[in-house]
Amino acid sequence: MNATAIDKPRVEMRSIGKSFPGVRALSNVDFTLYPGEVHALLGENGAGKSTLIKILTGALNRDAGEIRLDGKAVNFNSTGEAQAHGISTVYQEVNLIPAMSVTKNLTLGPSRDALGVISWGKARKRAREKLSRLKLNIDTEQPVGSFSVAVQQLVAIAHALDDDTSVLVLDEPTASLDAQETATLFAIIRDLKARGMAIVFITHFLDQVYEISDRISVLRNGNLVGTHMASEISRQDLISEMIGRELGEVEATLAHKAESGPGKQKLVARDLGRKRTLKPFDLTLHAGEVVGLAGLLGSGRTEMTKLVFGAIRSDSGELHVDGQDMSGATPRRSLASGIAFCPEDRKAEGLVGDLSIRENIMLSMQAKRGWLRQLPRREQEKIAGEMIRALGIATPDAEKPVRQLSGGNQQKVVLARALASNPGILLLDEPTRGIDVGAHAEIITLIRKLCNEGMALLVASSELDEIVAASDRVAVLRDREKVGEIDGADINRDNIIRMIAGDDSGQH
Amino acid sequence: MTVASTDSRTDRPVPVWLKAIVQSRAVWPVLALVLILIVAGSVSPNFFEIRIVEGRLFGNLIDILYRAVPTALVALGMAVVIGTRGIDLSVGSIIAIVGAVIVWRIKMGDPHITILFSALAAGILCGMWNGFLVSALRIQPIIATLILMVAGRGIGMLINQLYGGTDPSFESALLQWMSTGSIWLIPTRLILAAGIFLALWLLIRRTALGLFIESVGGNAAASNLAGVKAGLIIFVAYVLSGLLSAWAGVIMTADTHTSDPVSVALYIELDAILAVVIGGGSLAGGRIYLGMTVIGALVIQALTTATLISGLPPEYNLIIKALVVLSVLFLQSANARKAIGSLVSRRAS
Amino acid sequence: MSKKYLPLVATIAVFLALFLVGGSMYRNFLSTLVLGNILADNAFIIIAAIGATFVILSGGIDLSIGSMIGFVGVCMAVLDRMGWHPLATAAVMICFGILYGALQGFIIDYCDIQPFIVTLAGLFLLRGLCFMVTLDSVPIRHDFVDLYASAKIPLPGRGVLRSSAIVMLAALALAIFIAHFTRFGNNVYAIGGDKESARLMGVNVRRTTIGIYAIGGFYSALAGVVYALYTSSGYPLAGSTLELSAIAAVVLGGTLLTGGVGMVAGTLFGGMILGLISTLIIFHGSLNSAWIMISSGVLLFAFIVLHRFLVSSFDLRGTS
Repeated sequence: MNATAIDKPRVEMRSIGKSFPGVRALSNVDFTLYPGEVHALLGENGAGKSTLIKILTGALNRDAGEIRLDGKAVNFNSTGEAQAHGISTVYQEVNLIPAMSVTKNLTLGPSRDALGVISWGKARKRAREKLSRLKLNIDTEQPVGSFSVAVQQLVAIAHALDDDTSVLVLDEPTASLDAQETATLFAIIRDLKARGMAIVFITHFLDQVYEISDRISVLRNGNLVGTHMASEISRQDLISEMIGRELGEVEATLAHKAESGPGKQKLVARDLGRKRTLKPFDLTLHAGEVVGLAGLLGSGRTEMTKLVFGAIRSDSGELHVDGQDMSGATPRRSLASGIAFCPEDRKAEGLVGDLSIRENIMLSMQAKRGWLRQLPRREQEKIAGEMIRALGIATPDAEKPVRQLSGGNQQKVVLARALASNPGILLLDEPTRGIDVGAHAEIITLIRKLCNEGMALLVASSELDEIVAASDRVAVLRDREKVGEIDGADINRDNIIRMIAGDDSGQH
Repeated sequence: MTVASTDSRTDRPVPVWLKAIVQSRAVWPVLALVLILIVAGSVSPNFFEIRIVEGRLFGNLIDILYRAVPTALVALGMAVVIGTRGIDLSVGSIIAIVGAVIVWRIKMGDPHITILFSALAAGILCGMWNGFLVSALRIQPIIATLILMVAGRGIGMLINQLYGGTDPSFESALLQWMSTGSIWLIPTRLILAAGIFLALWLLIRRTALGLFIESVGGNAAASNLAGVKAGLIIFVAYVLSGLLSAWAGVIMTADTHTSDPVSVALYIELDAILAVVIGGGSLAGGRIYLGMTVIGALVIQALTTATLISGLPPEYNLIIKALVVLSVLFLQSANARKAIGSLVSRRAS
Repeated sequence: MSKKYLPLVATIAVFLALFLVGGSMYRNFLSTLVLGNILADNAFIIIAAIGATFVILSGGIDLSIGSMIGFVGVCMAVLDRMGWHPLATAAVMICFGILYGALQGFIIDYCDIQPFIVTLAGLFLLRGLCFMVTLDSVPIRHDFVDLYASAKIPLPGRGVLRSSAIVMLAALALAIFIAHFTRFGNNVYAIGGDKESARLMGVNVRRTTIGIYAIGGFYSALAGVVYALYTSSGYPLAGSTLELSAIAAVVLGGTLLTGGVGMVAGTLFGGMILGLISTLIIFHGSLNSAWIMISSGVLLFAFIVLHRFLVSSFDLRGTS
């Protein structure tokens, strides 16, 4: 793809910055896009991929930096404006109306004549034309929802492609496609590329990145780590860029590790799994042990923690906690038997934003006690106060609505809730997501402290160094399957990356 | 405290304490209530007069409290349901059914205390039906409660036809006493309503029920993961609403000495929702303000009474009510606030 | 056949079944006479329900229907007394209805308030205005009313199609055209199906929302005109709780209350089912309005549960 480098860039984004309340989503990111190239955008959740894309497509306004389209500075205030300039997006969640027919979906759009009469004969013909450009031959009168996700994906692309579209953003288009469907999609992408389309391709499947893209940009924590020609960067280096991180302060905790050997078995999972979610796996947690879960985005980290907690119902295998059969337990029962869980998505699954810090911290503990036996207010305040102090939650008082806290403090509240229920087993999914470096080190230190006090912890993280620093044992996941474990002294970046990349198998 | 914060050297136009009061959600409804009373007082000079007639307090202020009781009771139940991010449209129909049940049991010659319990049981049953549809069948609350709203008055009429005879009127000393009687000058229904309010407040605030309801309404997924039984909590909320509506039904039925399923408590669901909204509750759920809901109900009743006193036909009340709702909602909307804000700042600069 | 049509098929099946039940019980039931009467007697409900169909298809709700019918009625009557021609009044009132609906739609989208609350305020406002206009029942005495009442088209058999039914069928044809053959109609379904997706696909949500409630206002005002001419009077309490019947007719007509799925034509059958139930109960003599309410409630329940399970099997995303 040397030819593209000589061309003039279609899109130039320079020094883009964006902050949300409490979070710095992007800082100083450069991104260029040439006609006729497929540019892969990689990064873990929260790395800033979707923020960058939303700024490009006009769904968000930037705080800093500039965007040039064919050399001219532009400012998009809505997706409609960006579309008018030839920038179209297919979002991760297929954005179509499932109950409406393919023709009707393709007829939707920013229409100048809202009361315009639709001739369905013509509309059908136009829909077929649009689809035939993608070599798709389907019954356009069927509701979109009756087709496979792959076809829906193509219909969404057909909808996004106008006659004057020159930039196409594909956000995780292959997330739910099988190999064959992906191949079809790629053939189409190549075809569009050959016609000079500039394509941004967001994915977490590394094979696909190497298969289709010309250049690769990696984002991490809102910063651009690097942009490379796909042919010039190895898979291991790429993984390292995505999930590696220097953690100077935290490495000190390494020394504390393995002071005392692991205690008795707390939790044993055998052949636990669920179809299309995670292949059956074995897992054992001991008292006084931290087990790290490593793997790329979409490898099944979150799913494993949720299966163990019962937030996702397993359809195979069994789970024993302290010798008790807990297969098929609900979150409520898991909590009662001493398992606590901190979900990855704080806003959607963790916190009740309108409730105060105190109320959020008390929730699990109170649920365990039952509704009748409310903890006296003074007791609540005492526990909340202790938690706020112990975890260093920065707040003037415990009655502040959680919604007003920064990301790191919100995470600590979720953690405080879990700890207040006095668990023997703690499941943490991305405990340091989106929080600043200082809070980051504190949480790792806390994990080690809890472990030394005899708790069994399972920590899923996208940050490799965090896993290395915190874990006594590491379970590695790849493509919704547990592929192995690394123990004790063998825990280091290179070993984990090698296992994630699957060098030995050569398949992935 | 006020002295400390109103520092005269700073040229800040708004002192901190005033800001705190203005930002408190209790201010606007209370202010509205006071304003309405002042306007009514200026129209009718002896508005605030309270007399003792036949061993009972009389006067406009007492009258407002007295008449606001049914709406306030229904609104309290509505506040709980809205706290779960739900809504109960069937409260008027529940009142109609309760009225018919009372007449039926009276004609059957039950002891009056049994009649009271069967009336409340009818309300609980209706609440269980709604709760079942919403929490077990997972039907949207507005749709689920629409079913009983449509059918409920018919059920009341049917009970009347089957058991009420041709004349569904009755006399009952107990119900009469609960509705229009008085204890130590104070109307019984006010004392009973205060008792119910206290009981509900204890149930919501002195058990963990309130916390669970607010957490389910605020974020059902997170509550489930935190171990709260979301389905059960929602079910209980609808049962409470049914029970409180039933109590309102007992009072309204005793007031009229008859059961009139067609027209009793017409539009009370709207008044109840309005009371919750005026009291600062958001239809998006997640918070229960019991005290403010009562204030909301009083605002609505004060409006009605003030309209009557000022000599306008009672029906004009509807227009005033509509304008109040619209302005409250308008002030709550982010878009409108932004527009007003930019308008103000443009004028200021 | 697509699952989408299942609710509509169920509606027509229920209608036919009820009609046959009536026929088996009463000799004169299966006739165009009964059918023509049902059409005429329920024309105003069906017209209002057609407007509500648009609103419900978009995932909203309009509670101001009944008050609009009452308000249009009293205005027709009072202006008749002042010497206006009923058609002139009708034209003015329909314009008013459109503007009123458009305002509701604007407030709903601009302030981002649930349609339920906005149209509830709309209900109060209009009902209050009714009482401002008049407190009594006022007759409409214009000659046009007699003309309207006597105009009819004979049907095969002994039945006739009265003016109200004709207006209703014309209104239905217009609605079918708007819903199924214009971009606007397509946008209504899209907003009801998934508002955020529709926005991302480029649909102008605000303009469409305003349009939807304007159509709702248009049809409720038209229903008010038909009701006033049909009863040749205006009464400030007229049309109370009619919004419930209209919503019930829409749901019985196979439109999902969650929005996005349904057909305008179904609403005709939904309204006719309600009409058939009353007719059956009137034929029976001993039964009465209690049964009308209860059976509508039971049918509503059955349809809502049917829809509920259709929707869960309808959650089409991710299935193939």
